[in-house]
Amino acid sequence: MAAYYNEMHEADGSVRPHYRRYEEWLNTTSPERIARKRAEGDLAFRRVGITFAVYGEESGKERLIPFDIIPRIIPAQEWSGMADGLRQRVKALNAFLHDIYHDQEILKAGRLPREQVINNGQYRPEMQGVDVPGQIYAHIAGVDVVRAGAGEFYVLEDNLRVPSGVSYMIEDRKMMMRLFPELFAKHKVAPVQHYPDLLLDNLRAVAPQGLSDPTCVVLTPGAYNSAYFEHTFLAQQMGVELVEGRDLFVSDDTVYMRTTQGPKRVDVIYRRVDDDFLDPEAFRADSMLGVPGLLRAYKAGRVTLANAIGTGVADDKSIYPYVPEMIRFYLGEEPILNNVPTYMCRKPEDLKYVLAHLPELVVKEVHGAGGYGMLVGPASTKEEIERFRKLLEAKPEGYIAQPTLALSNCPTFVESGVAPRHLDLRPFVLSGNGIQMVPGGLTRVALREGSLVVNSSQGGGTKDTWVLED
Amino acid sequence: MLSRTADHLFWMSRYVERAENLARLLDVTWQMSMVPQSLEAANQNWNAVIVLNSLEEAYARKYSEVNADNVLRFMVSDPDNHASLFSCLRMGRENAHAVRGTITAEMWETLNATWLELRGQSYEQLTANGPGDFFEWVKTKSSLIRGVTLGTMLQDEAYNFIRLGTLLERADNTARILDVKYHVLKPQEDDSSTDFYQWGALLRSVSAFEVYRKTYRSSFSSERVAELLILHPDMPRSLLFCLKGVLKNLELLANSQSRETQRLAGQLHSEIRYARIDDILRLGLHEYLSNFMDRIYDLGNRISCDFLVSQQEIA
Repeated sequence: MAAYYNEMHEADGSVRPHYRRYEEWLNTTSPERIARKRAEGDLAFRRVGITFAVYGEESGKERLIPFDIIPRIIPAQEWSGMADGLRQRVKALNAFLHDIYHDQEILKAGRLPREQVINNGQYRPEMQGVDVPGQIYAHIAGVDVVRAGAGEFYVLEDNLRVPSGVSYMIEDRKMMMRLFPELFAKHKVAPVQHYPDLLLDNLRAVAPQGLSDPTCVVLTPGAYNSAYFEHTFLAQQMGVELVEGRDLFVSDDTVYMRTTQGPKRVDVIYRRVDDDFLDPEAFRADSMLGVPGLLRAYKAGRVTLANAIGTGVADDKSIYPYVPEMIRFYLGEEPILNNVPTYMCRKPEDLKYVLAHLPELVVKEVHGAGGYGMLVGPASTKEEIERFRKLLEAKPEGYIAQPTLALSNCPTFVESGVAPRHLDLRPFVLSGNGIQMVPGGLTRVALREGSLVVNSSQGGGTKDTWVLED
Repeated sequence: MLSRTADHLFWMSRYVERAENLARLLDVTWQMSMVPQSLEAANQNWNAVIVLNSLEEAYARKYSEVNADNVLRFMVSDPDNHASLFSCLRMGRENAHAVRGTITAEMWETLNATWLELRGQSYEQLTANGPGDFFEWVKTKSSLIRGVTLGTMLQDEAYNFIRLGTLLERADNTARILDVKYHVLKPQEDDSSTDFYQWGALLRSVSAFEVYRKTYRSSFSSERVAELLILHPDMPRSLLFCLKGVLKNLELLANSQSRETQRLAGQLHSEIRYARIDDILRLGLHEYLSNFMDRIYDLGNRISCDFLVSQQEIA
């Protein structure tokens, strides 16, 4: 127990100052009322249909993401430090992407091995020399931050492709305000519901040049995608059309949507479709989700894609270890947020170390996401460890390993009552009109005792995240 | 508005309306089956439900005999029957799901809650209090969805497509009910009290029993029932009323390629508006209604081409 940083309690068991009022409320509220409110919350989430589809389960099955009513509270000062770190990081990542797809100064300077970038499956040669508005590639970044050890923050992943979860951040807040309005009278919680406004503001800012009133749309893979709820939510909140690939077509290097009044030009596409599926003419020919000719229109500067094509090369797990170096190279600053020490199994000496220490390490697939295909050494059986040993020996370049972080935990409602569970935080960082974010982000919590995997696809839940204003 | 969005809205409303009309038809058939009659006559009424929905083949694949229990199972909860109440409400909800950002939150929640209550329930569970209660539930839900639509939705293009779908579907459904029931009823016209109940049940299936009384203040005759369901301008389920609404919504939605569709809808509307029931019956009601249903079907296709799935080019 003492090994983990607890968000609510000090090591001696006393309550941290920013949780005192909440704790007092929790102690004086009857268990019956809490139970009733929790049930009410579940019912409301189901009725509204805030669900997500789980890959690999019975098709069309939708599950609720469990919502916990104990918020994750962050004092303003702590948040402002984290926000500075996030801004710095995203700025450097965008600079890196622009550089990689133009002059490749960082490679010429030898700060990052060339083959690491050029041979990376996420590097898109099609983007070489393509200019994008504002030199911004990652308009929306979902940076995963954890607190470990004695309380310092680490970035786990940068997520620069199509990060999801922001709708849960907003719905969790709505739910807390609906269930426990009295708590918001007692706390100065920084608002987050204006996120869609900020998003639209940033999307409009990166429209192709010379457009004063650009038409923005959200591009979804369709109703069977696991994040479909979020796609509809964002489109509705921004007041823009939610389109599928079949709603769009390209004519004369210009993108149009099919409307009941005829074709209408589209200028900015917030796409929630992966690179591979965007344009069957340029990428996967079997994609039914994309728009033939989209890459042509994009390269001609007739439409903006957010995020840009080819951002995966910057958030890939094999590039991750170099982010601090990017910050130094492009910004001339020291990184504010920590990187987790990472062993790259493609290096023989790292592989040797990893194979010798598997039971203590977390092993991840370089291109994996969603908590699929990873090994958490301390929580795994001998068989699982041996299975990964074979995978690593067969394809070392496909994996990285990191020390198992002692993720912080927070009291959470579980079947047996209230118990500490591990959590992370995904703030959403917007670039376009400067760098903007709403305070906080999505807190994900691992509901199984001892589990360090917070992904919703692995049975994780969410909490409302409160940044307390002073 | 996106063509695909309009398509989902159009079909969302058609499926909900179809479910309601099917519930009405099943309810009336169920009630009619309680009037003393021969088993043969009773089963003939159940057979009419299958014929009305053009489901003879699909039904024969599952059941060898036409009787109340089989037909009810087939039409209430059979997920393999695309025309069952279960399937209609599922399709209504699926279409709504695809456009949940366009309809209001209340509409989506009402449609989704309806589906959540329905799914996973067996036929026995659904009809535990008799089928009548279940049909009532479907009608109530449909009314609720329509009410929420009227009460919360901006009267814009999306609303017009919803109304267009509802009214086109209802025109077809009323014509179908009248066509099939008229055949069953006609030969026994000057017969006994059964007749009163049979005509009464038909009128109730389109919520027109009281309207009939109010309009004609006389006993039932096939001629007047046909007149009411086809020609009454203000009865919300009559063919004329539906066509009036179809035409109005089409005019509001008009685009550069919909002129011919509007003309055809206007022509059909005028024909009904200035028709006389004597002429219709002289021509033959069945022929008249078949022709009407064909034209409604054609209008549906044309609306699809003009607005919903059109292959658009840059002019």
